[in-house]
Amino acid sequence: MARVETTSQVLTGAEATAHAMRQIRPDVVPVYPITPQTPIIQTFSRFVADGKTDTVLLQVESEHSAMSAAVGAALAGGRTMTATASQGLALMVEVVYIAAGLRAPVVIAVGNRALSGPINIHGDHSDGMLARDSGALQLYAQDAQEAYDLTVLAPRLAEHPDVMLPVMVGQDGFNVTHSAEPVALLADEEVGEFVGEYRIPNPLLGGEGPSSHGVFAMPDSYFEIRYQLVEAVEAAEHVYDELAAEYARRFGRFLPAIDSYRMEDAQRALLVLGSAAGTAKDVVDDLRGEGERVGLLALRLYRPFPEAALRAAMGGVTRLGVLDRAVSPGAYPPLFSDAHAALSGTGIELRSFVYGLGGRDLSTRALRQVLSELAAPAAARIRYVGLRGEDDDGES
Amino acid sequence: MANLKELALLEERAPGFYGGHSLCAGCGIPPIVRTVLGSIPGPKVAISATGCLEVATTRYPFTAWGVPWIHVAFENAAAVAGGVEAAYRALSRRGALGAEPVTFVAFAGDGGTYDIGLQALSGALERGHRLIYVCYNNEAYMNTGIQRSGATPYAANTTTSPVGSLGRGKSERRKDMTAIVVAHHIPYAAQAAASHWQDLGRKVERAAATDGPSFLNVLATCPPGWGHDAKDSVKLARIAVETHYWPLFEVVEGHYRITHRPLHQRPLEEWLNLQKRFSHLHGERSADLVVRLQQELDEGWSQLQMRDAADAEWFRAQEEAGA
Ligand SMILES: Cc1ncc(C[n+]2csc(CCOP(=O)(O)OP(=O)(O)O)c2C)c(N)n1
Ligand code: SF4
Ligand SMILES: [Mg+2]
Repeated sequence: MARVETTSQVLTGAEATAHAMRQIRPDVVPVYPITPQTPIIQTFSRFVADGKTDTVLLQVESEHSAMSAAVGAALAGGRTMTATASQGLALMVEVVYIAAGLRAPVVIAVGNRALSGPINIHGDHSDGMLARDSGALQLYAQDAQEAYDLTVLAPRLAEHPDVMLPVMVGQDGFNVTHSAEPVALLADEEVGEFVGEYRIPNPLLGGEGPSSHGVFAMPDSYFEIRYQLVEAVEAAEHVYDELAAEYARRFGRFLPAIDSYRMEDAQRALLVLGSAAGTAKDVVDDLRGEGERVGLLALRLYRPFPEAALRAAMGGVTRLGVLDRAVSPGAYPPLFSDAHAALSGTGIELRSFVYGLGGRDLSTRALRQVLSELAAPAAARIRYVGLRGEDDDGES
Repeated sequence: MANLKELALLEERAPGFYGGHSLCAGCGIPPIVRTVLGSIPGPKVAISATGCLEVATTRYPFTAWGVPWIHVAFENAAAVAGGVEAAYRALSRRGALGAEPVTFVAFAGDGGTYDIGLQALSGALERGHRLIYVCYNNEAYMNTGIQRSGATPYAANTTTSPVGSLGRGKSERRKDMTAIVVAHHIPYAAQAAASHWQDLGRKVERAAATDGPSFLNVLATCPPGWGHDAKDSVKLARIAVETHYWPLFEVVEGHYRITHRPLHQRPLEEWLNLQKRFSHLHGERSADLVVRLQQELDEGWSQLQMRDAADAEWFRAQEEAGA
């Protein structure tokens, strides 16, 4: 892998994302403020005001309009990005589905946050899960560096001819959006070269002839059109793997779809999305030091769900604790359900743990507890880690 | 303004809107779309909201659109149009497109404009995108089976404001959408009707030449929704204008001008009697409803006349400055 000159700065995840956007130089960025995403668009607005990118910034009147304008701009022939969180994503969701169906390759930076009610501005994954089945791809960053790298990678993934889909790049609200750490930025030209020109078939502007986008489909055609969407989302896994390999070759940073941490000879493991990976790695290190055979799997790619890669990553694991930062009231939570389906028939025992709703901290102590519970028979159908009453001795 | 022959020729050479769609016979929408597209010089992109126009013209794998066209959802035509226009600005700025200017025209029904699309429209107007927004106003949610909208007139019978033993049709007044739009301080807004296609064409030309957002509220007849004969479409639109039910005017930089002054005001009954949605208004029992409708029309017309008179000087000065 080539080591490339980078400049390291202390940045929050939100700032790092705005830098990636500045370097990508999207044609159009329609945005609307919402915590904890706001620092992304504030930082980016400053870049535009300082002439650091010639993007047309649209300060729209709602997230619904942000996503609507994004679809219009992307299909007109301009590279388009936006950013949102929580209620904003909820308001967008109608159009996120349509963006996927119309194959509009819009990149959406998400500062993952809880959904109302009660209203809560802190981190969890409920917002992302609301858009889970939209056909938009979903990436989850563990830290500010990954938020940056995945944002740089996202346009290539979105615009790949086999994909042509919106891509959501998630970073945990506050844990990542507002946490400053050293972030190694690529040179502007490197990002420009990596993302390349924006090209889509049949743009509204500058196309070869008039084209109609967003037509009306009856039962005789809708199913096939939706099936094409399924195929495109599935194709995105391979495209992601190739892009991650190219990114590593060019820039020396490798971000595989699944981050496997100390999985060699692991018997028990955790499966997480997002910033919990950092805490979990510390816990795994500690327990490994104590001689316990534990490991961690963190998904960077959540949609499409890297099913085969997950199976391959399991090695000799016999029990997997799946940590969800969202619920599906009345059923198993989303990541657990996905993992359960992917690992069915493997004989691996999966346990469901829900943590961190509305920004409740996930402590190292609580994670140690989860891993020790995994060594014993299941105590509950779904364990709510850090919930008062159920889990009084777990810190919160 | 192109004459009818020139418009027809233009349509033949480069049709923006083909036949073969499934809009009803006598539907007021097609002549509006043809006149609008035919009156915009140069390349254009059309943006539609969900509604009769969109559904009836783009059944996969067919399309009636001869210009680049996009539909995303019901409530967001103005936002989508703003995005397309923003991409145009970005691409033009870096020389990625030809020099010929492109016009962006959004088409939405009254539901997609007065009600569910009001917020997106308001935002787009405030942001000042250079685009023409055309509301084809058939005064109800027709595509979903004639439900009342904010544009449905007082007393009209719809499937959600039905006439019954208690119900007397819609119990609220229609919104003054054009005034709402004017309150956004946009450079050009107008009301038009397909019956007066030259007036409409001239307004479209003016809108196309406007540097900023413009809005056209165009009355569109609907045989099934209004309960009138298909053959009466044009006649009915004319009656709407001549009863003062739908006055034709324009608002330039906030200044009002009546663009067509009917010689005589026709009696409201001529408007009501041709439409089944008002058939419960015949007879003594409903006299109060008719009185209220007439009052609304008279108020509207006299207010419009006052505005027209107050702004006459402004228009004269404009014309002198232009001459
Ligand atoms: C968010 C949303 N709500 C409701 C609908 C259902 N819907 C589709 S078209 C329509 C009515 C359209 O009315 P209008 O805008 O007046 O256009 P018209 O049908 O009269 O042409 C409705 C209610 C929808 N498609 N999307
Ligand atoms: S229902 Fe009315 S608006 Fe819809 S196509 Fe028929 S005539 Fe036109
Ligand atoms: Mg309507």
